[in-house]
Amino acid sequence: MNDTLILLHGSTIAQTIRENELLFPWIEALHVMAITLVFGSIALVDLRLIGVRALNRPISKIAKELLPITWMAFLLAAVTGAILFTSNALSYSQNFYFISKIVLLALAGINMMCFQFIIGRNLEAWNHYQRLPTSARIAGAISIIVWTGVIFCGRLIGFTLEPVLAIS
Amino acid sequence: MRTSGLLEFCAYLENSPLALAIQDSFWVVPIMQTLHILAISALLIAMLLINLRVLNFADKSDSISIVISRYMHIIWFALPVLLISGCILIVGEPARSLANPAFQMKMIMLLVAIAITVGIQRMGSKNHGLIQPTGTIKALSILSLLLWFGIVACGRWIAYT
Repeated sequence: MNDTLILLHGSTIAQTIRENELLFPWIEALHVMAITLVFGSIALVDLRLIGVRALNRPISKIAKELLPITWMAFLLAAVTGAILFTSNALSYSQNFYFISKIVLLALAGINMMCFQFIIGRNLEAWNHYQRLPTSARIAGAISIIVWTGVIFCGRLIGFTLEPVLAIS
Repeated sequence: MRTSGLLEFCAYLENSPLALAIQDSFWVVPIMQTLHILAISALLIAMLLINLRVLNFADKSDSISIVISRYMHIIWFALPVLLISGCILIVGEPARSLANPAFQMKMIMLLVAIAITVGIQRMGSKNHGLIQPTGTIKALSILSLLLWFGIVACGRWIAYT
């Protein structure tokens, strides 16, 4: 594990980012933009699931409109996040809030899978529902809480990251 | 812009009891920043959905004014949250923000972006669904999207300038 991290730390991408002082902030800015779109789009779906807003629009329509935005933005967030991680792999991998963020992301993923394949297999069936079944409302609530946690942990990484020197 | 008046004001804010309380707590700044990010998320997605419809990229079965009325209230709800959390962050570290070129650029972009947003909202309420956006409106719509993304980028750049 540590060997892989040291290898990442020494990679060309990591060196380029560490040596160019403009790259890190720009990639970080893109990462933040991507995350705001992930959160914003998924939160609108979640708020409909929970029953807070847009009760007169079917969830199938809302999901079809918003989830493509979520996925594109998530892809951008994952790529930029991976690049940021590479630049300082050892420090991030030992940071409590970074680890928490990854755990929360995994939870968000599991929750989403459960919704996609079990709870909300057939969204069209709910087209005439204003209030959705309890399982769907719970999935929406979990999603919005977990994603808020992802953003909070992400912000805390910046306050708690300590330099770890790579022994090469 | 770094006039002596501005720097004096920063020094005054920095020593206020509220600023000292914010600096003393580990949690206030990250919690306010998280709130700030959540609010900008709400604003950006609403902005994006409205502008995608104005630019004819979204489902055309809903008229532009319906899409505007569906999402515009999110923007007016998010803006005060952004303003309040932003002000608390400024009081905590006034010189780092107010005297920072990235922050000043952010505020200028914000004023222009809000002006365009008000314009788009007026357009939506005047024409009751029959609007066909002109070239100018489409150009303004693209400009406002670029400005909002620029505002987010400047926000991150405050930490580096």
